[in-house]
Amino acid sequence: SVSSSFPFSLLDPMLKRDCFEDILEERRNSSDLKYALRCYAPVLYKGVTPCKANMLKNIVLQSDQLHYVINQVSQESGEAPDIIQEEASVILEEMAHRLQISTVRCFAFALSKAFKTLFQHVCVNEEGIQRLQQAIQEHPVVLLPSHRSYMDFLLMSYILYTYDLALPVIAAGMDFMGMKFVGEMLRMSGAFFIRRSFGGDKLYWAVFSEYVKTMLRNGFAPIEFFLEGTRSRTCKSLTPKLGLLNIVIEPFFKGEVFDVNLVPVSISYERILEESLYARELLGVPKPKESTSGLLKARRILSEDYGSIHVYFGQPVSVRSLAQGKVNRSTYNLFPRHIPRKPMEETQSFVNDTAYRIVRLQEDNMVLKPWVLMASLLLQNLEGLELSVLTEQTVWLRGLALSYAAFLDWPDQAPTAKVVSSSLALHRGLACVSGDRVSLVVGEPLGPVTPEEALFNRAVSVLSCASYRNQVLHVFLRPAMLAVAMLHLSDEVYNCFSFLWDMFSNDFILCPGDTVQDFEEACYLLVKTGAVQMPQQDIVMTDIGQPTLSFFNGLLEPFLQGYQVVCRYLCEEASEGLTEKQYIPAVRSFAVKLILAGNLRCYEVLSSDMQKNALAALLRMDAVRKVKVADQVTLIVNKMAVNSIDDILGKNRMISHINQTPISPSLSLVAVAEDLYRDGLTPSYIR
Amino acid sequence: MLFEGNRFSSPFVTVPTGFCSWLCVVHRGTTTSETRPRCDWSFPYCQYTKEEPRCGKPILNNREPRRGKPILNNREPRRGKQEIMKWNGWGYSDSKFLFNKKGQAEFTGKRYRLSGMTLPSLQDWFENTFGASVKHKSPATVILNASVVPPPRLNEAFVENLKATGIPFSNEAEDRVFRAHGHCLHEIFALREGKKFERVPDMVVWPNCHNDVVKIVELACKHNVCLIPYGGGTSVTSALECPPEETRCIVSLDTSQMNRILWLDENNLVAHVEAGIIGQDLERLLNESGYCTGHEPDSMEFSSLGGWVATRASGMKKNVYGNIEDLVIHIKAVTPRGVIEKSCQGPRTSTGPDIHHFILGSEGTLGVVTEVTMKIRPIPEYQKYGSVVFPKFEAGVACLREVAKQRCAPASIRLMDNKQFHFGHALKPQVSSIFTHFVEGLKKFYITKLKGFDPHQLVVATLLFEGDRERVLQHEKQVYDIAATFGGLAAGEDNGQRGYLLTFVIAYLRDLGMDYCVVAESFETSVPWDRVLDLCQNVKERIIRECKERGVQFQPLTSCRVTQTYDSGACIYFYFAFNYRGLADPVHTYEQVEHAAREEILANGGSLSHHHGVGKLRKEWMKDSISNVGVGMLKSVKEYVDPENIFGNRNLL
Repeated sequence: SVSSSFPFSLLDPMLKRDCFEDILEERRNSSDLKYALRCYAPVLYKGVTPCKANMLKNIVLQSDQLHYVINQVSQESGEAPDIIQEEASVILEEMAHRLQISTVRCFAFALSKAFKTLFQHVCVNEEGIQRLQQAIQEHPVVLLPSHRSYMDFLLMSYILYTYDLALPVIAAGMDFMGMKFVGEMLRMSGAFFIRRSFGGDKLYWAVFSEYVKTMLRNGFAPIEFFLEGTRSRTCKSLTPKLGLLNIVIEPFFKGEVFDVNLVPVSISYERILEESLYARELLGVPKPKESTSGLLKARRILSEDYGSIHVYFGQPVSVRSLAQGKVNRSTYNLFPRHIPRKPMEETQSFVNDTAYRIVRLQEDNMVLKPWVLMASLLLQNLEGLELSVLTEQTVWLRGLALSYAAFLDWPDQAPTAKVVSSSLALHRGLACVSGDRVSLVVGEPLGPVTPEEALFNRAVSVLSCASYRNQVLHVFLRPAMLAVAMLHLSDEVYNCFSFLWDMFSNDFILCPGDTVQDFEEACYLLVKTGAVQMPQQDIVMTDIGQPTLSFFNGLLEPFLQGYQVVCRYLCEEASEGLTEKQYIPAVRSFAVKLILAGNLRCYEVLSSDMQKNALAALLRMDAVRKVKVADQVTLIVNKMAVNSIDDILGKNRMISHINQTPISPSLSLVAVAEDLYRDGLTPSYIR
Repeated sequence: MLFEGNRFSSPFVTVPTGFCSWLCVVHRGTTTSETRPRCDWSFPYCQYTKEEPRCGKPILNNREPRRGKPILNNREPRRGKQEIMKWNGWGYSDSKFLFNKKGQAEFTGKRYRLSGMTLPSLQDWFENTFGASVKHKSPATVILNASVVPPPRLNEAFVENLKATGIPFSNEAEDRVFRAHGHCLHEIFALREGKKFERVPDMVVWPNCHNDVVKIVELACKHNVCLIPYGGGTSVTSALECPPEETRCIVSLDTSQMNRILWLDENNLVAHVEAGIIGQDLERLLNESGYCTGHEPDSMEFSSLGGWVATRASGMKKNVYGNIEDLVIHIKAVTPRGVIEKSCQGPRTSTGPDIHHFILGSEGTLGVVTEVTMKIRPIPEYQKYGSVVFPKFEAGVACLREVAKQRCAPASIRLMDNKQFHFGHALKPQVSSIFTHFVEGLKKFYITKLKGFDPHQLVVATLLFEGDRERVLQHEKQVYDIAATFGGLAAGEDNGQRGYLLTFVIAYLRDLGMDYCVVAESFETSVPWDRVLDLCQNVKERIIRECKERGVQFQPLTSCRVTQTYDSGACIYFYFAFNYRGLADPVHTYEQVEHAAREEILANGGSLSHHHGVGKLRKEWMKDSISNVGVGMLKSVKEYVDPENIFGNRNLL
């Protein structure tokens, strides 16, 4: 009964993932030119004829939806409607894609060359492609790839072109447009550009949403965008953004389309092109502005081996089926459909839920390489490990990961030692073997370095390494939080789990409202691998469970420590009137001070990502408030609250002794949790 | 001039005159045939010869009373049209479609213009559309087996009192079963299968006038008997089904004998009519005096005035004449609380909420409508059919929307989708002359080749104009001009007429389908203009998908038409049919799909019903449709008017 409540394939005994085909293999054996010039005739939604970019613009500009907003804006601003209409037309001009098959063919040619140099394999699950092809013909399709690299959307279009599927139109950030020539090239290969922020701009929103909806309703092309909003610099999935998802789902609620199919796509890179760039960015070295010359400089990367890419097209998710029984579409009956309206609460929570669900589906089908496991182990042993120990533990971890249904791409035939050594070879920029010890590589020392510079270099390599460990976190996260709750925190395990769950819900993909379900899942998984037993519904650790639990504990340790450092800073150092802008550099220098003084060994707290997430958690828990004074946003710290959070995080942190007594003998935890869950109570009620 | 009531007292006098429906009737009075020359050939499909005497004939005497079974009756019950109608299908016993030995479809009988004709393309269409075969028959039970009818539960005291009134009644199985159902698929299917009935009326009474009804209702209240009013029996909402949980004696109150026009007022153009009159009789009788009501629901051959009032019926020509609520001036109804009526016939009043609207659509839950005063109009001088072909459904809907916007809709304007167009074409009778054949081919060539219309996309709007000749021609031009701006091509009168033919033989065709493992039903809704296309599209897709999920082996037929236009929206009518071979319980599957289709309609901004009503079939959605307070209001009216639930058919709420 436990497993039936889990929505994901994780616990499905029938779980079978598709096989991969390497699409580069054919490219290596036949002419790229021929490939770029071959006949390309994709089937569209219900056989519609493709719509010329200009016609599309006209449909949008003449739509009732846009007219309504134009008149509204005109009345509010006193400007004549045709001037606003002109403005709308300019916005649309700036936004719209100009998909041209000739440009796509150029890309197809150039990317073939580039991919062959950069990657060993580009693997795609062909069954997923077949499902997609079917879906495109039946319903409007929205492609939702994970976002780890600039490569993502070029890669997507490349694959769809390869399989003769309709090319998507892709929502891209305006920053790409800065790259003069390239921006236009991207536009001609199907990208449309949206401003990063246009909060209050009604007209912009109207043009934008109508543009997307028009393409979707008519099924002119699959829409593609990144739910995470931006590239994840940490390789953890980011909290999904809802704006575009709202837009593409709305036509279904309004009855304008029968259904919308969401297709999660998981793109896994064995080595990410932007690897150390991301680490630097997280440490506060500003992101280089996208520019063509920057891209050319990046040519250097062409000489390196980036391993393989796996692209997994997930099962199309029908919005209609998801919404069944959750959203009453007839609530849309009493309002004209062309008048923009804030989504109702019911709808909002549905869209939010859907977004999380899709991101979890993306996570589920992310392909993990052996190196990901090795990185997880190395990060728990920053001083290094013996190669044989690393190998042995990697094998152990592999077993654990597999039993938790991780999508592990482990070469079946090769001996373990070979697997480990080839992983080390591919990632020689991150780890080195000296003698029989494996340890993280620390920067390239160029002349004499200050302690700060040394620290920075070390942080770069820790964060780079962490970006690999992060890839496996979604597999272990729930049992790991339970392990931490059992080992470190106070006596009421569910409460502790729930506290951690809440605390970390910006750092990890934890669907709102799923605390109880996640707790059940965690219990189930730990029991399944024999790490704990649940006699009479108590949770008891077993002998064989100890390595598992302490590994899990180590896995989350950097996060616990990081959040604690943030709490300490806010309690001890933060001045009155700390502004939001000052917060990150201030926490960073606080942490640098601690590390240099030898009081802290955790480098991950230097990551701005973790600092932001910690702040978001504290804001959510009302331990910190934002106050807007003039143009500045100031953080008001409730020191009592922050202190107590710090306490909970830090309580008994040093305990390493693990005994076998039931952790919570008095309470039938799972029974309680299950009861509450069945009654449909929210987790906050439990707390 | 005021007519004497007795002038119209018998609707069974065969007068050689026509009424203005394309449905039936042909012998036209000299006055009208001259003024409407077109009608002579523009009514080609429906030759309604001569009304057979339906009562007054000693029917019962011809039948042998079954032994051991006491038949209770005061005097000969007059059974209305029961004697000449099918007991387990639609319409007249002598009229039905069948595939003859040559495999050609024909329509039997002599009543309709199509009667006696062969329809060469119907079989192909039928087999191709449904994947059906004329070899796979699923014939109906031929006669009613009395053993499947539960014995009547009579209330002796009520029967005694009723006898004293002299009002005819019966408890014969045939009479009870005939009034135990409407024409929902499940009802007809069960009759054909000869299934055991759970609950049927225990007896039937035939009041002859308003006062008879008053007596019956009083007795029913006195003896706590459940009354279910019965008019024409054409309900498609399970409204006539007896609630199985009803333990009291159920009496079906058949209004068929209350069929007179009591007076006609030419100064105010109104007629006072007994509510049991059947649509075609009402029109025919009015036609004799040069008038019509213009209210022509597709069921008008069989449905009654009281039934129209009780269900808020809608007629094909509502654009000129209005729907039933627009036509009614005064209603007299008998309720357990007494008689409800108004004190005057003012054309409009501001006297609080209109009490007529408690009666209109009450579906027999409050009382019996006995007499209605309704508007009449002079028979139009001229009538003309027409049709327009559009390249796509979208264009057709846009055109209808524009016509509605300009408020220039003809008496009837309907837009059939592509499937329905082909369906209509399958009903073309054998073409007699080579010339006609040649002309047909030429037309087809013109539309599909020269104009480039895709035969699998094109749709047809059918039109019916009425009025004086000049006006009609002018009106026609206006409508065709609008149509042209949406890419519509005028496609002749014949196509127009065939469209209307389809709606009236459709129920006969359903019986044919059921003979060959095909179940079919229609349902309707009304929806704002901007949602028409999406609703049609989504409902069809939902049906197809639900059929697939429920194991229907063959592609279902889903077809729709925009059948009425209004200022702010339209009425959409769906046909849905599938070949049920391989299904264990086709009716259940059908019901699940229809249920899903209705949910889809509601989710797409459609109403629960435009004119069929709620009955028991759609009760579950009433709360969502009219809000809790709305339901409460209706309940409190019921509570006041009928606290003992004498009118216990349990429709609506």
